[in-house]
Formats: sequence, structure tokens, C-alpha cells
Amino acid sequence: MSTTSAQPGPEAPADAASEVRVEFEGVDKSYDGRTLVVKDFSLSIRKGEFVTLLGPSGSGKTTILMMLAGFQAPTAGVIRIDGRSVEDLPPRKRGIGMVFQNYALFPHMTVGRNLAFPLEVRGLNGEERRRRVERAIGLVRLEGLEGRRPGQLSGGQQQRVAIARALVFEPSLVLMDEPLGALDRSLREEMQYEIRRLHRKLAVTIVYVTHDQQEAMVMSDRIAVLKDGVVEQIAAPEALYEEPERAFVARFIGENNRLRGRVATVRDGLCEVAVGGERIRALVIANCEPGDEVTLSIRPERVVVNPHPGVFGNQVGGTVRDLAFLGDHLRVRMDACGHRNFIAKIPNIAGHGGILVGDTVRIGWTVTDCRALDVEPKGQ
Amino acid sequence: MSAGGRGRLRALGLVLPLLLFILVTFVAPLATMLVRSVHEPVVADALPATVAALAEWDGESPPPEAAYEAAARELAAAREDRTLGRVAGAVNRVRSGLRGVLTRSARSLGGVTEGPWRGVMEGIDDAWADPATWHAIRETGRRFTSRHYLNALDMRRLPDGSVARQPEERRIYLPLLRRTLMVSAAITVLCLLLGYPVAHLIAHAPERRANVLLALVLIPFWTSLLVRTTAWIVLLQTQGVINDVLVTLGLVGEDGRISMIYNMTGTVIAMTHVLLPFMVLPLYSVMRAIPRQYMNAASSLGATPAQAFLRVYWPQTLPGVGAGSLLVFILAIGYYITPALVGGSSGQLISNMVAYHMQTSLNWGLAAALGGILLAGVLVLYLVYDRLVGVERLSLG
Repeated sequence: MSTTSAQPGPEAPADAASEVRVEFEGVDKSYDGRTLVVKDFSLSIRKGEFVTLLGPSGSGKTTILMMLAGFQAPTAGVIRIDGRSVEDLPPRKRGIGMVFQNYALFPHMTVGRNLAFPLEVRGLNGEERRRRVERAIGLVRLEGLEGRRPGQLSGGQQQRVAIARALVFEPSLVLMDEPLGALDRSLREEMQYEIRRLHRKLAVTIVYVTHDQQEAMVMSDRIAVLKDGVVEQIAAPEALYEEPERAFVARFIGENNRLRGRVATVRDGLCEVAVGGERIRALVIANCEPGDEVTLSIRPERVVVNPHPGVFGNQVGGTVRDLAFLGDHLRVRMDACGHRNFIAKIPNIAGHGGILVGDTVRIGWTVTDCRALDVEPKGQ
Repeated sequence: MSAGGRGRLRALGLVLPLLLFILVTFVAPLATMLVRSVHEPVVADALPATVAALAEWDGESPPPEAAYEAAARELAAAREDRTLGRVAGAVNRVRSGLRGVLTRSARSLGGVTEGPWRGVMEGIDDAWADPATWHAIRETGRRFTSRHYLNALDMRRLPDGSVARQPEERRIYLPLLRRTLMVSAAITVLCLLLGYPVAHLIAHAPERRANVLLALVLIPFWTSLLVRTTAWIVLLQTQGVINDVLVTLGLVGEDGRISMIYNMTGTVIAMTHVLLPFMVLPLYSVMRAIPRQYMNAASSLGATPAQAFLRVYWPQTLPGVGAGSLLVFILAIGYYITPALVGGSSGQLISNMVAYHMQTSLNWGLAAALGGILLAGVLVLYLVYDRLVGVERLSLG
């Protein structure tokens, strides 16, 4: 044993890693010992980052959050907080503020007592406790409601109390499990901005779980899209939308046209794909060789109707089946590339060029707006 | 008649059978019993003239001749129409020994037609010279009386009309009442200690296992009370299963067999078992409504398991604790069969005394007064609970 007292341990963070707050490394989770609900999950979350785990129900996102909070133990792999493995750390020692689905406010305590609870159990008393509770209440703008019980508050107010309670003991890491799920739409949007404001103001690290892609897009620095316990893609919201790497991500985030086709040629990161009698040129994203099946993903707003000839790398013909005027854009549904629901959005800038149902039109899009992705299994 | 009125009438018609049933089987007997505890007209009906003649009496000097005469005539008449037994019984309860005096005197007075009555009666029995005898008759002659309640509270009315406690060695009911309350409280606490973890286990187990566990609680509940109580006799008696095992294991000697039944221990053990479901079920229903998330939230906020339990879980189960405790306590106070079967002489409770006065001593007034006191006790308890917790929070599942 060394005689120097400050000998760094094997897990002492290197300088580069000190910016990392949370690290998942090859985490598996199985409840029954056979099927994995989380498979080989790895993710590094920087200090002050807002990361959302996004996925449909059953994708394992809540399980990952519960493992980080300490309510579930990983079957395999390591979770580190501030460079330290938390395997043996019970939830109460992890110093994590958590906002639960349905808030989990203690119904027999007033708002003030709910907020004081985490301070009381830490042995904090008197003036300091009162001051911190007051500040937390101010933070979520609930002044004057200290004496109410949770049952006497509206959904939005309860939500604010839950957030204040997760923040009152000043944790550096806050977890939120579908916190806005029980609120109506307008309140939800308001709370999204509220949470973002708090995140910026307090510079805490937030791990957020939701199945609502719009919510994830609004708030997150990065989003991890999960499906069946596997990470499909981890990226910033913009990158997820613009550069989906998996067909599932393209489908889950925003609207898109997905065309199944067979690769004809591959060259310099581009490929030609045979779709419904047309040859479409696209970026190669999924590994593919001539003869492979791929999914082509094209965002509807990138499709231009009746373009000038020669401007776009892809031009095909289509028949308009349906038109819908949606204020800011015109939604055109047509038969194109053998697809009966090919959608194009025409921005409402200078009318819609006199397109009528039944018209035969030309449509075009650039090669870089068309991504050749993997083929999702049947039934999706 | 409007449609609404007809609907109400029809609804009333449907409720009526139950209403009548409750009225006949519950309200009426209860009212009769409460009336009986303060109203005893036997002596007043049989000896009206005697009671009237004693009304003016000062209670110390010999009573007036008119009282002797009336008593002589009315006792003889009572013997004729066969009410004498009940009259003698009633008077005897106020002053024991007078049953014999009255029946003997009535028999001897049958042939006597002339006074002076005082001489005649004192000739039949010395007791007629004792003012206490006349005092007893005057006392029982009141139609409405507090003496059953006084009796039930181990008090008596002195000849001068004041109320005093019974001498130490004659106090029966207050010590018994105190014992009943203590035992009921002990049983309630035991049920809570045993039932709380069980209810918690059932409430938070996976559904299949919860159903099995709940059945284990309920099956004894559905078994005849008599069978369960007898089963305890088999287990607990001196030559019973538990003692045999202890002796076989050498933990106690053959002479050291523990007496666990026919005493207070037996009563407490058997009653705790019998009343346990009444604790478990309300607790279970309250606990099932508490999401696990609260405990998770508490621990994520930094609470130790003990803090989380005491500060978050326990307070939320209080309505169930209150309901279960109230239920068990009230049932225990009035419990009769189990102490009667396994209580021996030291394990008897107040209800056994009520039964004794109903069936053996036939002092229904006293039995009614004891019942009235129990009823009052339960009502007070209910009001206290309402004050402290609020009855609307009572959850019986």
C-alpha cells in the first residue's frame, strides 16, 4: 500500500472524463432471466446536458432510468455517476432528484412539507431549510401555496411541486420519468419551456424519459431513440431529424415517405435504388450492396412539386389523389414510385400552383434529402 | 301522483323489508334492553299499597302499621297469583336473604286475617323488625331506578339516599370492566402487530401470490368460530400438542407443562386469532391503494427505509389502522363465546357476566345496565375516533 494519502484509485476520473456526469457501459437488463428489456446500452452524459430517452412503450427507456435511479439493478454492465460505479449505492445515496410519472407527491403532507422532506431526512433544519424551501417554491412560481395539500392543486401545480421537490436539495443530476404525461396539451407545452428554463438557470444534468417525440425535440440537447431495449440512434434533435440512421428513427421522428426498393448500384456513398419502376438516387446510410433491400426515407417538405427540370437529382411522375389545405402548407397525397401514400408538403408562400386532384405532376427532391436506410422487420 | 313520487314510493317499498327487519331484530331489542336497565315495575305492580305506605317513612324508625298491613295483604295476594317468586327475587337482589323471608312470610300469612300486623310479621321473621328490609322493599318499589347502573358500577344507594361505592371485597364489575378494556386493548395491539406485516405482504405481492395469501387469511375467517376455538383447545391444553412437543424436546419438564388455556392467556391467544382478519382486511384495502412510487420517491429524496416507512407509508395507512383497531376493539369488548370456552375462571370478560345475568341469575335489569355501559363505551370511542381521525376516513375495505 502506498503511503501517500491522495493516491488516485483505479476509477479516478481522467481530465477528459471529468466532464462526464453519467456513464452507461454495456448495460443489460432482464427481469425473467431470458428476454432482455435493455440490451447493451451505452451512453455518456456530460455535465449540464439535457438528454432524453425517447421510445415507444416497452422500449426499455423507463427501465434505464430506474437503473440509474437505483430502483433496478443492471443484469450486466456498469453505470457510473461522476466516474464512480453506483452498483452498491442505494437510491438515497445517489443524490439524484427524481420527478415521477404522476408526481408521487406525498398526499398527507402539505406542499411545504413535501418540499422540506428531502431536507429533513438529510438532517437539515431551521432557517436554512426554510430558506431553501422558499427558494424552491419561488423557482417554480408557486408562492403562497405552501399550506395546500397536493390534492388541492391542479395537475400543472402538482407538476411544479414535483419538480421543485426534486430540485430543493440541489442535486447535480435530475431524472424525469414522463413528467408531463398527465397534463393536457397547452399545459404540457408551457411546462416544457418551464423545464428548459430551469435547466438553463440551474445548470443541472437532466435525464428525461418520454414517448412524445415533439417533447423530446423541444427540450433536449441530445436524444437517445430506443426500440425494444436497443439504442437506434443517439444524436441532437436536428441531426435525428435531418440525418436519421435507422428506418425506425426516420419513422418515429417526424413525418416521412418510406419507399421499399432494391439497390441497383453503389458508388462513392451514393446508390441507385429501383422503386416501383423508377430509379432513385440516395445517400447510402445502411450497409448495402447491389441486390439488397433498403428503405428510402424522404421528408415530405423536401419534395417539390412541378420543379424546373434538371434542378433535382431525383425526378419522378405522380398522380395527385388528395389535397388538404392546412394553413401554413398544402398537403398533397399522391401515387408515386408505386407508393399510394406519397406525401408532399407545399409551403403556403405563393399559392399552390393550381394543382388539382387527379392531376399528373412531376415531383423532385435532391439526392442528399433521400436516405437509404435499413429495412425494418415485418409487422412494423 | 308525479312519476318522481311513484319512483320514491317504489324505492321505499324495496327498502321496507330490510327496514322492518332492522327495526324488529335490532332497534326494538336494543330499546327494550335499554328501557329494562332503568325500568323495573315488578315490586311496584305487586305491592302498590306497601310502597305507597313507605313513601312517608323516615327510613330509621319502625315503619307505620299501615305498611305492615299492606305488606301482609299484598304478599299473600302475590303468593295467590304466583308473582311472589319474581317479587322476592327482585327484593333479594337489593338485600340478599330476603327471598326466603318474603316467601316464608307469605306462606305463613296465608291463614292470618287480623292484626296487629307488625306483631304478626315480626313474629314470623325477625327481619321485619329490621329497617333494612323495608328499605329494600321501598328501593325495589320504584318503577324507574338507577340501581342497576349503580350496581353495574359497583355502587349502591345508602338508606339515606346517598350513593356510595361498594366495599372493596364486593366490587365485581368495575374490575371486570377494566380487565375487559385492558384485554381488548392488548388484543387490538397484538392484532395490529401481527396483521400489519401480513397486510403489507398481501397488498404488495404479485396478484397470484396475493390471492393465495388472502385466501389463507380468509379461510379461517370462513371456518366456524366454534371449530377454531376448539382447535385452540387441542393445541394449547396441558396435555395438548404444544405442551407435548415442548416436553418431547425437553424444553419443559413433565411437571412444568405450561397452562396456556382456561385462563387469560388462552382468551388472548384465541381471540387474537379470531379477530385478526378484521384487522388485516381494512389494512389490506388501504395499503393496496398506496402506490409503490411513494416509497421510491421517498428513497430517491434521501430517506432511509425506516424514515420512508415512518414518514411516508405509516401515515397513509392510518385510516386502515384506525378502522381495524376500532373494529377489533369493539368486537373484543363484547366478545362472548371464545372467553366462555377457553377463558376458564380468570379469562372471563364483561360479556360473560352479561350472559350469566341473562341466563343464570335472571337479573335482566343488571344485564341490561352492563350492556348499556358497554354500548356507551363504544359510542364514546367512536366519537373520540371521529374527533381525532375523522370517521369519514374510516376505511373498511
